[in-house]
Amino acid sequence: MAYKVVHYINQFYAGIGGEEFATTEPAKIAGVKGPGMALNAALKAAGAEIVATVYCGDSYFAENNEDAITRVLALIKEENPDLVICGPAFNAGRYGVACGQVAAEVKEKLGVPTLTGMYIENPGADMYKSKTIIMETKNSAAGMRDAVAKMAPVAIKMLKGEELGSAKQEGYIPTGIRKNLFENERGAKRAVDMLIKKLAGEEFETEFPMPEFDRVAPNPAVKDLAHATIALCTSGGIVPKGNPDHIESSSASHYGKYSIAGVNDLDAEHWQTAHGGYDPSYANADADRVLPVDVMREFEKEGKIGKLYDFFYTTVGNGTAVKNAKKFAAEYAQELKANGVDAVIMTST
Amino acid sequence: MVKEIERAGIPVVHMCTVTPISMTVGANRIVPTIAIPHPLGNPARTPEEEKAIRRGLVEKALKALQTEVDGQTIFD
Amino acid sequence: MKLELGYIYIKDVQFGAKSEVKDGTLYVNKEEIQKLVLEDENLVSCDVDLARPGESVRITPVKDVIEPRVKVEGRGGVFPGWMHKVDTVGEGKTNVLKGAAVVTAGKVVGFQEGIIDMSGEGAKYTPFSKTNNVVLVINPIDNLEAHDYEHSLRVAGLKVATYLGELARNLTPDEVKVYEHEGVLEGYKKYPDLPRVAYVLMLQSQGLLHDTYVYGVDAKQSLTTMINPTELFDGAIVSGNCVSACDKNPTYIHENNPVVEELFAQHGKKLNFVGVIITNENVYLADKMRSSDWSAKLCKFLNLDGAIVSQEGFGNPDTDLIMNCKKIEAEGVKTVIITDEYAGQDGSSQSLADADVAANAVVTGGNANVVIHLPKMDKVIGTLDYVDIIAGGWSGSLQPDGSIIAELQVITSATNEQGYNCLSAR
Repeated sequence: MAYKVVHYINQFYAGIGGEEFATTEPAKIAGVKGPGMALNAALKAAGAEIVATVYCGDSYFAENNEDAITRVLALIKEENPDLVICGPAFNAGRYGVACGQVAAEVKEKLGVPTLTGMYIENPGADMYKSKTIIMETKNSAAGMRDAVAKMAPVAIKMLKGEELGSAKQEGYIPTGIRKNLFENERGAKRAVDMLIKKLAGEEFETEFPMPEFDRVAPNPAVKDLAHATIALCTSGGIVPKGNPDHIESSSASHYGKYSIAGVNDLDAEHWQTAHGGYDPSYANADADRVLPVDVMREFEKEGKIGKLYDFFYTTVGNGTAVKNAKKFAAEYAQELKANGVDAVIMTST
Repeated sequence: MVKEIERAGIPVVHMCTVTPISMTVGANRIVPTIAIPHPLGNPARTPEEEKAIRRGLVEKALKALQTEVDGQTIFD
Repeated sequence: MKLELGYIYIKDVQFGAKSEVKDGTLYVNKEEIQKLVLEDENLVSCDVDLARPGESVRITPVKDVIEPRVKVEGRGGVFPGWMHKVDTVGEGKTNVLKGAAVVTAGKVVGFQEGIIDMSGEGAKYTPFSKTNNVVLVINPIDNLEAHDYEHSLRVAGLKVATYLGELARNLTPDEVKVYEHEGVLEGYKKYPDLPRVAYVLMLQSQGLLHDTYVYGVDAKQSLTTMINPTELFDGAIVSGNCVSACDKNPTYIHENNPVVEELFAQHGKKLNFVGVIITNENVYLADKMRSSDWSAKLCKFLNLDGAIVSQEGFGNPDTDLIMNCKKIEAEGVKTVIITDEYAGQDGSSQSLADADVAANAVVTGGNANVVIHLPKMDKVIGTLDYVDIIAGGWSGSLQPDGSIIAELQVITSATNEQGYNCLSAR
């Protein structure tokens, strides 16, 4: 036996019973149980075997989540498996969420590859599709044979450490995670072919489905500007001369926080931009063109605003993953809030 | 980034040149600026004129912060 | 308009006492090239080096790549407005040293010069690991202003490419490709039943270090306009830009525009290739609005059924791309757009800065944020001094053992948005 696999299922598939046994606590049995049998048969050809089956009642898992996941993880860890397969859960909501969570946490915490399967509308699919591979199955246990036929080959690829193909090729639910791959044709040919199909009214597959952007409701306006503390932030990469924290010119991995206490003007001698996405000469000559410290100071002196906050936060927007930018801002927004900042002016280049 | 600041409960105004991006990413108070390499300046003008332009834009931003909005608004 | 491209295949490059092409080998006289480059008073030194496919060689920081070509019949000369007087090109005969390229390198100008590896992991991603490269490592006089230095580098590359192209003037091509393009009316009469398709070619024009030149004119000073597809093959469009190495269009790719080639391949078969619309990516919002309005207007004037839109760069040009797409679609013209992605190192972030439902047909050149490990090369042409600061690198990208860990962004033309490569993402 080359590979050890652990299977996670619920109380029903473990043969304990239906809804009335949904409070069953985590437990383990050696070897296979229920749907594991068909899976095991399919895996055998590749030299893999299900060595243990861990199960838990769906209600217990949902209601005592922290305890359940901790114990399930411990039971799995004991086996030191090469792969963990959860479910398939079809359209069973609580079971789907449990399969997703077990698969996601085993992968994250134990570093073991995981695979589960469920119906596309199972709530667990949306919750965990970016954290584990979820094979798309039919919506009821009648689709078990089909699910096993889909899951086993992917399981074998994962065991062998082979790269998985695209979601469409392999039959898993798209993870939302972009992966590079080499096509057979160059991009220009693919574009012309796609256009010919689009013009003919034939079906075509875009290589990048457009994202949807979420929205946050606006906060109430600032009532008393003359007593408000205003902070400046920028994605234009303004930094002290020499870029002491080495903020990258593109794809910034961190942000900077710099004091402007007592600074009336961002002169060329002390300030510059680290941004690589635009012609930096103008910002290097006068960084106020990106971060208006000079006029904010004037407004402060004139009493128009209460105070210009002593620090500004800066990063480079150029090529920086939206997710990173979000993380930076989420972090420093808490600091701003804790330090009594009433409003923020964010400048972008 | 503006969205995360907004989410934290701090009103924020986004001063940027490419307002369509700002709209797409979901800023609520938006003040359009001059140009990407110099959003708050114009090197073609004298330093005094440039400062006046910058003052005008920042005033507009402060005004935006003092204005109640119920959705994405561009303060032209 | 009919242009015959005569390909002379170059399989090797060597130094020689005389610059010439013999049996598929390009011989170059080092001194002559140096002399040519150093005519420019702003440049103090020029090393000439050679890099061939498969060698353990790294070239960095790379500024531009240019293919040597020569006009042997017809109006004008290659790189009009630069190496020859302004005169409409794109007709007659042009000879090409196919398989050869001039690469300009040297002290970094902006942040955005790239890396070309001739073998190993990096070679998989750059098209210029497959060309026999004549590399110019150029150093400017002290304190030369960045824009002047960029200009000098650009001209040096064009000069050397023209000089080498001249060697092909009297050679018999190994292969001849014929590209013929009718006028709008003639094309319609000839192919009344085929869908009418144009190519909207977006040119980077964000600033002095991010510019593209058409017949010598800075594209940011032009409204959206039209050009014959064959003019591109004669070097009508020249790169002068420092956008991230992976998705700027080097002059070489403009000379070999893949979308133009592929549209020609289907011309008269599945579509009627009506022409090329060139538009820019400026920094003022009003310019963006005006230029994209104009693209859509021209698409309508031409009674198009479809258009392919290609981008250059990323970030705010994503907006130009989306505006073009949205407005052209609104005219009832179906679009396919070509872009690349900045989806984060783990691929889980938002790929584009802008988006719209109209953009329902997208071809991608891949995620430029992906981290790659480039093994140490036996030889470095140029310098590794800038690896940590070029776009896609970070403090510590250059490893103590000489290998490099950086984002794909650093590789010249890796995620090209004219669809030059097979790389994609899902």
